Amino acid sequence: MIDKITIIGGYNKQGEKEPVEKVVINRGEIFGVVGPTGSGKSSLIGDIEQLAQRDTFSKRKILVNDEEPTYEDRTNPRKKMVAQLSQNMNFLADMSVGDFLSLHAKCRGASSKCVNAVVNLANTLTGEPIKNDHELTILSGGQSRALMVADVAIISDSPIVLIDEIENAGIRKHDALKVLSGHGKIVMVVTHDPVLALMTDRRIVMKSGGMDKVVGTSETEKSLSKKLNKIDEFMLSLRDKVRNGDIIEDIEIGDMGI
Amino acid sequence: MKMIIVAGTPGSGKTAVLIHALRSLKQRGLNSSVIKIDCLYTDDGKKFEKIGIPTKVGLSMDMCPDHFAIYNIEDMIDWADENGSEYLVVETAGLCHRCAPYTVNSLGVCVIDATSGPNTPLKVGPFLSTADIAVITKGDMISQAEREIFRERILEVNPNCKVIEANGLSGQGCIELAEEIVKSPEVSLDEEKLRHSAPLAVCTLCVGETKVNKKHHRGILRRIDGFQTYEGE
Repeated sequence: MIDKITIIGGYNKQGEKEPVEKVVINRGEIFGVVGPTGSGKSSLIGDIEQLAQRDTFSKRKILVNDEEPTYEDRTNPRKKMVAQLSQNMNFLADMSVGDFLSLHAKCRGASSKCVNAVVNLANTLTGEPIKNDHELTILSGGQSRALMVADVAIISDSPIVLIDEIENAGIRKHDALKVLSGHGKIVMVVTHDPVLALMTDRRIVMKSGGMDKVVGTSETEKSLSKKLNKIDEFMLSLRDKVRNGDIIEDIEIGDMGI
Repeated sequence: MKMIIVAGTPGSGKTAVLIHALRSLKQRGLNSSVIKIDCLYTDDGKKFEKIGIPTKVGLSMDMCPDHFAIYNIEDMIDWADENGSEYLVVETAGLCHRCAPYTVNSLGVCVIDATSGPNTPLKVGPFLSTADIAVITKGDMISQAEREIFRERILEVNPNCKVIEANGLSGQGCIELAEEIVKSPEVSLDEEKLRHSAPLAVCTLCVGETKVNKKHHRGILRRIDGFQTYEGE
């Protein structure tokens, strides 16, 4: 059981000590990582994915339940505590969806029975359905991301989930986040999207490779988050209309209900 | 002297990974010398010199680069000795990957590109299967699932190697490689042997024959149906 992870700060790109020395993330918490492009968000996520022990260039150290993870914990996929959804939009592996998922299930020590479950779940997140005998490399960006989300949710079912810019995926991001952030997990979301950023409990602000500060989501932000959600849903409904070939006649801001 | 032999597919990131690892050794006050072996051209020597590491480039030209590296080992060690280095790093552009230029008492490092697909570890032979360390690069370009499958495939081919997932751009994993370099054994040249025999290449093509028809070829030859024969006197 993982109750908390601790990020002990290292150094930023200039080699200066990061302003944030320590961040503790507890079970059940959703944590955001925000900052301009190039500010080190993905590197921070990378450090956590590897459970870095001052051995990456940021020199950060990650503790799990206040202890250093073992080498085995860090490297053996069967023991991995971390599932990561990276920014990648495509698969490069030259094999079918079904073969790929059963191979991955084998790596993670999961049952090959979960292959169909992964495909079914992916198909709830994307437009055109994915089939087991499709070649991975021909899947669209959205299909690939949906499959990666479902794979992380079912096969790499880990207590720590890291999500890098899910908004770029062209899939239903709220549904995807819900699928990934299951009950009692530690979730970290890298995002540029205010809707997602305000859904988190706290967020780390990154600046030139270092953790600059940790901001708690205020009560005002939480209520604003609900409004933003409505705007987002409105945008999504427009998106679906455009996608389905409908004509947008008029936009009523009142339709958003804010 | 400790000798580190680094082999890997072209463009897999051998130089990038080594630059990070050797820089971290240098910061700890440990000196290394680099020999970069390529076939026709390389400017990687300059990259090592930029971080203040003595570098020598060897171009194998018409000779197989791995054979060239093996043949020149004594000279390379002497040169690193003259530089006062504790570590000699030989980076080789082995082409067919059927060769494994690792000697028994060197640290054999195989750098392999994760974007080359999950079947690559099954294709490359002794260059991976006799390595001490397999460094997987470009893992950030693929999904975690693909990365895990790639890692599993490497361990299928070489269950005893240590797998390091590295990033040549950010330097992730390179300190771990530096750690392994420090732990590597001393090389004793008199007794030194290759871990795996180099592939056979004793035929008229090796000495410059350009005609393609079968009747022009002599030496140890292998037919596409698997039949191996010796043609000649």
